[in-house]
This record gives sequence, C-alpha cells and structure tokens, in this order.
Amino acid sequence: MVGGAALVMRRAVRFVDQRAGSAPLLRKALRYVFPDHWSFLLGEIALYSFVVLVATGVYLTLFFEPSIKDTVYHGSYEPLQGRTISEAYRSVVDISFEVKAGLLIRQTHHWAADVFVVAIVLHLLRVFFTGAFRKPRELTWIIGVLMLMTALLEGFLGYSLADDLLSGMGLAIAYSVVMSLPLVGANLALLIWGAPFPGVPELWPRMYVFHVLVLPIAIGVLLSIHLALIVARHHTQFGGGRRTERRLVGLPLAPAYAPRTIGLALAVASVLFLLGGLVQINPIWLWGPYEVSQATNGAQPDWYLGWLIGALRLVPGFDVVIGDYTLVPNAFWGGVALPLSLFALLLSWPWLERLVTRDTAFHNILDRPRDRPWRTAIGAAVVSWVFLAFVSGSADRVDVLLHVPYRTQIWLYRVLLLALPPATLLVTWRFCLALQQSERVEAEKRAAKAAGADASAPSPTV
Amino acid sequence: MSVLRFLRRVLVLALLLVLRRRRGRRQSAIPSETLVGLHTPTHVYVYTGTPAREPDLRAELLVLVLLGVGTVCAVAFVVVHALDRLPRQTQLLGLSLGLAFALFAAAAIVFGTRLVAQDEHEENYGPEEHEQDQAGVAHILDETGDRITRKRLLKLAAGGAAGALGVALLTPAVSLGPVLDVGALSRTPWRRGRGLVDRAGRPLRADDIEIGTFYTAFPAGASHDEIGSPLIVVRLEPAELDLPPGRKGWAPEGILAYSKICTHAGCAINLYRTPLFEPTAPRAALVCPCHYSTFDPARGAKVLFGPAGRPLPQLPLEIASGGALRAGGPFSGRIGPAWWGVRRS
Amino acid sequence: MRGGVVIGVAALACLAVPGVGAPEDPLVERGRNVYTASCVSCHGPEGQGVLSPTRGSGGIVGLGPPLRGVGARAADFYLRTGYMPLRDPSDQPRRQRPLLSDREIDAVAAYVGSLGGPPVPKPHPERGSLREGLELFTEYCAGCHQVVGEGGVVNGAVAPPLGRATAVQIAEAVRIGPYVMPRFSRRHISDRQLDSIVRYVQASQDPEDAGGWGIGHLGPVPEGMVAWLIAGSALVLVAVAIGKRLKEGDE
Repeated sequence: MVGGAALVMRRAVRFVDQRAGSAPLLRKALRYVFPDHWSFLLGEIALYSFVVLVATGVYLTLFFEPSIKDTVYHGSYEPLQGRTISEAYRSVVDISFEVKAGLLIRQTHHWAADVFVVAIVLHLLRVFFTGAFRKPRELTWIIGVLMLMTALLEGFLGYSLADDLLSGMGLAIAYSVVMSLPLVGANLALLIWGAPFPGVPELWPRMYVFHVLVLPIAIGVLLSIHLALIVARHHTQFGGGRRTERRLVGLPLAPAYAPRTIGLALAVASVLFLLGGLVQINPIWLWGPYEVSQATNGAQPDWYLGWLIGALRLVPGFDVVIGDYTLVPNAFWGGVALPLSLFALLLSWPWLERLVTRDTAFHNILDRPRDRPWRTAIGAAVVSWVFLAFVSGSADRVDVLLHVPYRTQIWLYRVLLLALPPATLLVTWRFCLALQQSERVEAEKRAAKAAGADASAPSPTV
Repeated sequence: MSVLRFLRRVLVLALLLVLRRRRGRRQSAIPSETLVGLHTPTHVYVYTGTPAREPDLRAELLVLVLLGVGTVCAVAFVVVHALDRLPRQTQLLGLSLGLAFALFAAAAIVFGTRLVAQDEHEENYGPEEHEQDQAGVAHILDETGDRITRKRLLKLAAGGAAGALGVALLTPAVSLGPVLDVGALSRTPWRRGRGLVDRAGRPLRADDIEIGTFYTAFPAGASHDEIGSPLIVVRLEPAELDLPPGRKGWAPEGILAYSKICTHAGCAINLYRTPLFEPTAPRAALVCPCHYSTFDPARGAKVLFGPAGRPLPQLPLEIASGGALRAGGPFSGRIGPAWWGVRRS
Repeated sequence: MRGGVVIGVAALACLAVPGVGAPEDPLVERGRNVYTASCVSCHGPEGQGVLSPTRGSGGIVGLGPPLRGVGARAADFYLRTGYMPLRDPSDQPRRQRPLLSDREIDAVAAYVGSLGGPPVPKPHPERGSLREGLELFTEYCAGCHQVVGEGGVVNGAVAPPLGRATAVQIAEAVRIGPYVMPRFSRRHISDRQLDSIVRYVQASQDPEDAGGWGIGHLGPVPEGMVAWLIAGSALVLVAVAIGKRLKEGDE
C-alpha cells in the first residue's frame, strides 16, 4: 500500500485494538478460509437480498400508513379519484405515484422478497443434495428451514399490508385456513383477527409490527446464529486434491474472498434495482382496493405460496364430518396439512437419514448428488411433488391461454401427484447409478492406460 | 504567484500522486502463520500455492474504467431524481442505479479475481469435540447442587414457578380477540324483516331483479364490510327450482338470495354462469373465482364442483307490500368458511 | 345451385306472406341470402331457431337459438367478433377472424334486425368516468374477466381477455350476455354506466404501466417466473463467474 495510507491504517488498527482488544480476532477473521465453489454462494445471494429488503423496507416505512381507516383518494391516478379507500392503500398508491423514487423502491423491495425466497430454495436444494446438513451441521439446517418458514410468513404479511383486491382475497383465504385447524382454529382466528373477518381495525398495525419489527428481528437472530454456527464449524467442501475431512482448503477472506463477496452483494443489488425500475410488480392501482364483497378472477398469492393455492384447488370437495358437526374443514388439507408435512419432513430429515444409514460420523466433505442415489432420488421426488402443486395453481391461466379445460387439468394433476413422484424417484435413482457406472468405466480406462498394460477390457462392475 | 496558478500546481500534484503507478510488490512468503486464539492455539494457517502474480495492468485499467462509468451512472441517478415530470422516470432511475451497482460489482469481481493474490490457504477443521472442557462444564454444573438436600423438590418447584410465570406473561395476549367466545362467528346482520339494499344503499325491489344476471345486496342499516353482510341475488324460473326440504316460500317469484362468501375459503362469489341458450351451454351456476367451487342456485347452492365442502347458506326472502325485497329469517346455515365443531345445518 | 333454389323459394315465400307487398330493402335482401347460405342450418329459416339437434345437409348437426327479437345488435356482435359461424354448436364461441366480409355482416345484421330487436348500440366512452368504470367493472365483470380484462376461467367456459374488444362490441356483449355471460339490461346498467365501463375497458387494454414492463398484468404468476428465470439465472451466472467449478477428475 502507498506509504501514507499504510500509516493511517496501522494507526486505526492500533486505536481499535487498544480500546477493544480486537487485533487477534481481526487477524483470524481476515484469514478465515472459504472453500471456493460457486454453489456455496447461493446462501449469500439470499443474505444480500435480505439486506436490500431491510434497506428498501426502512425507506418504505417512512411513507406507509398502517391504518385501515377510510379516506378519500385525491391523488393523480384517475380511476381512483374520489373513491373511498383505506389509508394503507392510499399510502401505497401515493408512494407509487407521488413520491419520486417511491415506485422504484417499492418494486425493488417486492422483487427482493421474491428473489430472497428463490435464493433460499436454491441454497436449500444445494445443501440437501450435497449432504451438508449432516453431523455436525444439523442445527444450522434446522435454523435454515426455520428462516424459510419465517420468510414465507414475512412476505405474505408484507404484500397483504397494501390492502389491495388481490392481497385482501389472500387474507380471507388465510383466515379460512387458520379457521380450519382442528380444535383451536376458530379461537386462533378470532385471536389474531380480533373479530370475525375482516377483523378489528387494529389488525393492520398488528400486521405492520410483525412485518417491520418482530419477524425481521427473528430472521436477523436466526441468521446470526446460522452464520455463527457456520464459522464455528467452518464451511463444508467438496473432496479432492489436498481437501480432506480434517483439512480445509480455500481462499482467505483477505485478500481474495472479500472483494468477491462484495461483488456478489453489488450484483444482487444491481439485479434487484434493475428489476425494480424496469419490470412492474404488484401494480396495486390496477387491482383496486379490497372489499369483502368483491373479487377478481385470476387472483394469485406471491409465487412462494403458489403451491398452497394449487393444493387448495386440487383437494376434492369434502369436509370431514361427524353427524351434523364439521370436524375438519376442507381448507385444512391444502392450507395446513401440505405445508406442515413438507416442513416436518425437512426439519427431521437429518435424523431420518441417520436412521437409515446409521451414519453418526462427522462430515466435512460433501457428497456429489450422484454418490447418494437414494437421497438424490427422494429429494427429486419431493421436489417434483411440490413443483406439481405449484404448476396446478396456474391451471386457470393455462385454460385461458391454451384452451385446455380447467376441469380436465385438475384431474390430470391429481393423477400426476400420485404418479409423478414415484416415477421421478425411479428415474433419478437409475440416472445416478448410470453416472456412477460411466465414471467407473472412465476411471478404469484411464488406469489401464496409465499402467501401459494391454490388459483385457475393463470388466463392468455394478 | 497568483492564487490560480497555485491551485493549478496543487491540482497537478494531487493528480500525479493519485495516478502514478507503483511497481507491484512481490508478496513476502510467510511459510506458515501460526495464530494463537484467545486462550489456546487453535488453527494453523499454512501458506500454499503459487507465489503472487505479476501486476496485471489491463485488469487495473478495467477496474478503473468500471468504477468510472459506474460513478457516472450513480451521478445520473441523482440527476434523474432531481428532474420533475420526466416520462418513464421510474425506469430511468432503476436503470441508472442498477447499472451503477452492476459496474461496481464487476469492478469488485475483477479486483478480487485478477488483481489480488489468488493463493489458497489451508486450515484445520478443528477438534470434533472438547472432552476435557465438556467434563469441566459438567463438573461445574454438578457442584452447584453439592449442598442441596431436596434437589428433586426444588427442581419441581422451579419448573412450576417458571411455567406459571410463563402463562401469566402470555395471558394479556387473550385481549387481542374474543378467543374464548366463538359465538361471534355465527352472528350476521340478517334477521326477519331486514331490507335488502344495493351498494349505494337503495332498496332492492323484486321487479328490479331480472333473469340471467346477478345482483349484490346488503342488509339495510348495517355495515357492508362484514363477512355476513353481502348476498348474491339471482332470479330463476320458479319451475326450475328444486330447493331442499323446508325452504318452501324462500324464493318468491323465483328470486334467490345466497351468502356471497364462499364456504371454502372466504372469497366473494361474483361469478355467475348463466346460459343464453341452454341446449349448448352449461347450466346456471354460482362460481367462486378463487378455487372454482361451483354452486347450483336452483338446488339450494348445492356444490357441483370444486373444493367447497358445504353449500352456500340461503337467506329466505319476502316481498314487502311495496315490492321491496326483505329477509324472511336468518340464513340456512353458518356463513363463510367452516371451523371445528360448527354445525352444518 | 341449391342456393339459387332456396333463394327462389324464399322469395316466393315472402310474396306469399300477407302484407308484404312493398319491395324489401336491398341490404335486408342480401342479408337474407347470406343468412340462408351460412346460418340457416343452426338458426332455422326466418330465424326461428333449431331447438333440438337436427342433422342437416353436409353432415352439420344444427342446434341454435331463435333470432327473432335479438336484433341487429346481436348479429353485428357475433359476426364481427368471429364468434359465428360456429363449427360445432356445443363449442364455446371464440374470437377469430370473421368469415364474412364487412358488407356481408352489415347485410345480415340488417336482415336479423328486420326480424325485430334492438339496433347496434352507439356507446360514448368519452362521456364515461374511469372511476365509475373501475367500480362497475370490478362489481360485475372482474369475477370472470379479471380486474384488468385479461380473461379468466368460469368452470366450463373461458371468459375471454378483452384486449381486442371494440367499444361497440363491449356495449353489445354487456347487453346480450353471450354464451354464459350474464346479460345486463338498461335497468341494471344504464347507458351512462355502460359508457364508463367501455371507457374503463379501453383504458385497460393499454394501461400506463408506470412500473415498467407490464408482464401481462396478471400479478404473481408472471412475477414468479421473472424472479426465477431472469433474476435467479442471472445471479446463478454471477455466482458461477465468481466461484470455482468442480473440474474433471477432481473428487
């Protein structure tokens, strides 16, 4: 470094070390080693999306009005002129049209939420298919799944705060799903909403406080523990070369890794702001304000809840009944049973796998998906099941666009939900075995070549 | 010397200082760094790999260019923001800021992958467990109870105390809503004699209701925003009706009123399928646009298709002496989505 | 040849009807000819309808409502949108290129109008209000057509997207209630209110989209696709550019 700057830097380090005793920690931290594979960056994409969410979110809180009280619109959007709407809706329309960078920040915030969950899912898939959740990292995995669940709720609350027609319909459905919980559903729904739907006016400040304070803090705390656990046990790595279960090889934070991760952060911000300015998202002025007696065709929740609308549509029409009493309303199966069972499976997976493999060793080296065919196959089957639920949620748009009758699609998806996961399981399993087989053949060929022997052709072993 | 010339000298000197190029220093090879942790030696850092690269002038230039253009974009954002009444302002703001970030990202990545040393370091994963410290912790916690004679009782008492305190601290949450009284769910503004009005508050008259279209009605003098308020009103030929037993007279002149709130998940049913020419089109039905539950108005809103588990509750209608429509009694069942234990009739 | 015989018979029949001595409007005359060639197998002679499936010539199974009293309004609507002629009576009519020319449509509309019924409406969207249009459209139309007219599913039918509907067609459809659409009379939705609805639909055909690319104005489904396919793949590509890849033989 240039002489003068180096002196200043030395002085600064000394200043902080004298007052905080920080130099040993700083020295260790600067040399913290990151194994270097592109798929290890997916979690960081989620992290940086969260940073953009908080930053843009703070800006929005300076303008948003968390109140369901009526007001009359007098802004610049003509179709709403003179219309009685809620303060919440009015404030979001004003952010979009009356505040200069308001629409940019609002759209960036919403895109960041969508991309946050995309990144979490990609990261979860990488961790799952490489077995990074195994001992000693089960707790890190649990916290990750909890963060995913929190992120879904956080996003739902966020877009419901705008009180537009689409999200209002979503709140009504959420109310029905809570009501459908066995034993406590009605009580819980009345507790949260404060009264039968649409609930008490205080519901809005309640949703707001959860969205801007309670849940972000929850995610922040979970994230801190998640990162602390990763640092404590160090990151996993793929095998090969000098990398072993005991020895980690990678790039130190300084000088090589820090600029890369900063570059990734800036790239995430870039993509989100580009989308925020160039691609319209959630144009609530087009949907109009929510009213209990109104609805629109083609209403959907944000993408990460699309599996639920698919499930709600696919479940056949029945309530579980005893005599004249309803036991389990229909909405329970798609709205509660499906997501709960998926999350239960995710949370318990490290122990489920251990039950079968009886493997209690520490694992710092990752699997390649093909090296664990049964885990990869089960994972692929579950992914196909969830993906089907998602796709079935858009069956109505497919009907409008491609003229495949809605009813036919529903039956098709019901059959596929039963048939596709087992088929995916089988195909994936065989594919992994085939990949392993071809690698073995290649390795044997190379060994034979290296030995220089004109030995017999490699015999295929299974 | 004039002030201007002095300033120019300063500017030239500053530029020279900033822009001059140094010879890149070869990284001094530290064969191994042993770093001592806070209390015990933990990790050994071993320097491996190839020595530091020669300076990469092109990469340096690239980083400078990227930073420069990115700065221009960031400034452009400020300029665009300052302008009033610019068409497509959101797009220009997003483009300028997004490009600034993208160019800075590229600069950082080029810096990180080509300008700084790319040497790999090695590190040990650390011991799987610390048996001695585990034993130490266990011992410390153990000796807390050395002098206590009634351990189990104390533990029970502490547990009970914590539980009671926890419940006490959570209790105020009950004020959030009528958690113990679900009766509110069964109450609606509709009762015998209540008039039907439209969205503007005007009374709905029987001869306003035509066949082949639908109307939304609300209770006169009550809030339109409750889930129990909105009705969907349609008229069918009386001969087509086949209502459930006990509903004789509920549909005067074939006018039917059902709760507009879907019994599946609470969306408003504002979709009425009504055939213009019956031989070639599906029969008349009320459909919910959320999950496409389909109800047959001629047969008491029986569920024809979709995930709804219960028919729509019907409101009996009467035609008052002046021709206005009014309710003839309460709904035939609970309105809206069902809950555990709710009666179906 | 067959057409000529039918025309001849029809002409004689006209003369046979008492009271019809005056010469017919040539447009109506032409309309009847076109009607007889293209529409009679489903809608019957003189628009009396075919109320049970009747196998006609050319293998066509005819089934169609009577056109007495529907007026030029209906004929103009169905023909200009291409809903009619319909290949199979049990199909849902769909918008397509009209099979008849403009002049022929005018003629058939005049003919059907001569059987009685309302004329082609003349809406005045410039007199309507967007605010009233949004309210009315949400109330009566959004449940099937989606709040900005992108179309929707009705279970058994498709409510079409309204992107290509003209002002006259919108006004006609609201009053007619084609296929399974409700029909809104003047008492239900006044002409003035209809003007507002027409104005709103026309505005929705090309919304301002202050936020950028409108991606279909459908909401979260295209938004999710953008998040995955554009943002997701862009960021994965950046990660691949930054990070290492597993090299061949590197296990």
